Amino acid sequence: MKIAVCVKQVPDSEARLRVAAGGRWIEEEDLPFVINESDEYALEEGLGLAEKSGGEVVVFSLGPARVREALRKALALGAARAVHLADPAFEGGDALATGRALGAALAQESFDLVLTGSQSDDLGYGSTGSVIAGHLGWPHAWLVMGVEIEEGGKHAKVTREMESGLNEVLRLELPAVLEIQAGLNQPRYASLKGIMQAKRKEIRELAPGDLALAAEQVGAAGSRLELLEVSVPEAGHEAQIFEGDPVAAAASLVEKLRKEARVL
Amino acid sequence: MATTVWIVLQHRDGKLHRMSREALCAGQRLAAAVGGTAEAVLLGSKVEGLAAEVGGTALARVLVADDEGLAQYTPGGWVGALAAAAGERKPGYLVMPHTYQTVEYAGRLSQALDAPWVAEAVGLEAGDGGLVWRRPVLAGKLQARVRTRGQPVLVSVQSGAWPADEVESGQAPVEPLALAAGAVAPDREVLGVEQVAGEQVDLTQAQVIVAVGRGVGGPEKMEPLRELAQALGAELAASRPVIDNGWLPRDRQIGSSGQTVAPKLYLAAGISGAIQHLVGMKGSQVVVAINKDREAPIFKIAHYGIVGDLHEVVPALTAAVRETAG
Repeated sequence: MKIAVCVKQVPDSEARLRVAAGGRWIEEEDLPFVINESDEYALEEGLGLAEKSGGEVVVFSLGPARVREALRKALALGAARAVHLADPAFEGGDALATGRALGAALAQESFDLVLTGSQSDDLGYGSTGSVIAGHLGWPHAWLVMGVEIEEGGKHAKVTREMESGLNEVLRLELPAVLEIQAGLNQPRYASLKGIMQAKRKEIRELAPGDLALAAEQVGAAGSRLELLEVSVPEAGHEAQIFEGDPVAAAASLVEKLRKEARVL
Repeated sequence: MATTVWIVLQHRDGKLHRMSREALCAGQRLAAAVGGTAEAVLLGSKVEGLAAEVGGTALARVLVADDEGLAQYTPGGWVGALAAAAGERKPGYLVMPHTYQTVEYAGRLSQALDAPWVAEAVGLEAGDGGLVWRRPVLAGKLQARVRTRGQPVLVSVQSGAWPADEVESGQAPVEPLALAAGAVAPDREVLGVEQVAGEQVDLTQAQVIVAVGRGVGGPEKMEPLRELAQALGAELAASRPVIDNGWLPRDRQIGSSGQTVAPKLYLAAGISGAIQHLVGMKGSQVVVAINKDREAPIFKIAHYGIVGDLHEVVPALTAAVRETAG
């Protein structure tokens, strides 16, 4: 099977975030970036399926130069090669613009399966994969918790997470786009050999012109959502916070829970 | 021509999804804000009963697309029906509950209609420059204000953002929504529905819950939290990352894909407070948060908090609780 996996690089969830000057987005300088969590699971799922079927994984990502680090990691984990939508015109897009660009890049090759994560940990639209599916005209499923390729490779049995502790089991015709939920497998670690091999693997850079797209169709210009500003949300009420010595803080808290909240 | 606001209702087994009523409230208010009219849209097969129920709402009409191909939800069926109907009737807005089902098909619908989708909307501001929507970003640590370009606009509303009990009642006629032949094109075979890992533990009945997040750092560090839970007579629970890592079984997960709880006391240790977790526990009477990051969103909904290393705070808290009890 020939499998594409789309990954996004997002700020590390542990990182301290600061709103940038102007307020439109966060300060990205000195911010540590990682591969989006559910995308890591998508990558692992793709690598596992490729190994089973004797196929290969091609990894795609859209974003600035720092994204090469995420692609290198994917190559070290076992992807055969990488495609980087690197032109600055691609940046700042909503899921429609990003999905349009990725869809056009994916359509240049013939994949049996396209995997994405279910949702990015930064913008969190949860729809890039389904927009890609729309462009390719393929079926898709979101929040995928299990993938089994049927004998012959024409269909996949897919488990999709629903609300209230239920899973739905589906049968999709291939090719298809599957948006993978975190937790469905155990992502591997890169080996030293993998890291060395990754240095020789290809990262192909693409601009809108390579995809027969105009600059106005991608990135912020091609988007229908405009991000005006980000801010720290207001609290519903003010929490009483204890800091400093843990023993003293614990004692104060227990006192409050007994006498004020009366829940102990 | 006045703007039409469509409210696309989600239902299953003859019942409206609880968030469908929140979407009705959001749709009514949006219609009022833009000086338009609100209409409900029901997709399904043999849904007369539901349509009659929705008819008791203040809406211009309840539109029912009744088609055998819509008997069961599929993205192809839903996107095909809604794209065809919206293309013909030109609603300005399609309001949906922000459920897993909506997220699955709405991206594709936005692609089919070349329409913006405001996902996970939590607020609406109507100003001179047009409508501005608020939605969480970066796992709820920040909130974004966004504006849309073009119509229709898709909006999915987050659980708890618009009150279901403030839906205006009224009388709405039920009318058929005709679909072009071939519009409904199911693109999957649904083989069945299964329970995830049994659901043996019913956390909804617990009076006190100690919930553990990614901040605990590893399975070997869980013991002090078990001890705290024991001292408090609490059930141990967790947010999604802890479950995904296998540090606790899946039946102890709280949040949008786990259980929804409302205990007397909810103590969250090492949980930053992503929206997916908050929707599962914000009904708790008293929320206590322990986190090393003072900016973590969990402190926004907590009543009490300790800022510090949970590995130091938790044993101290266990000792303090035992002392009180003794």
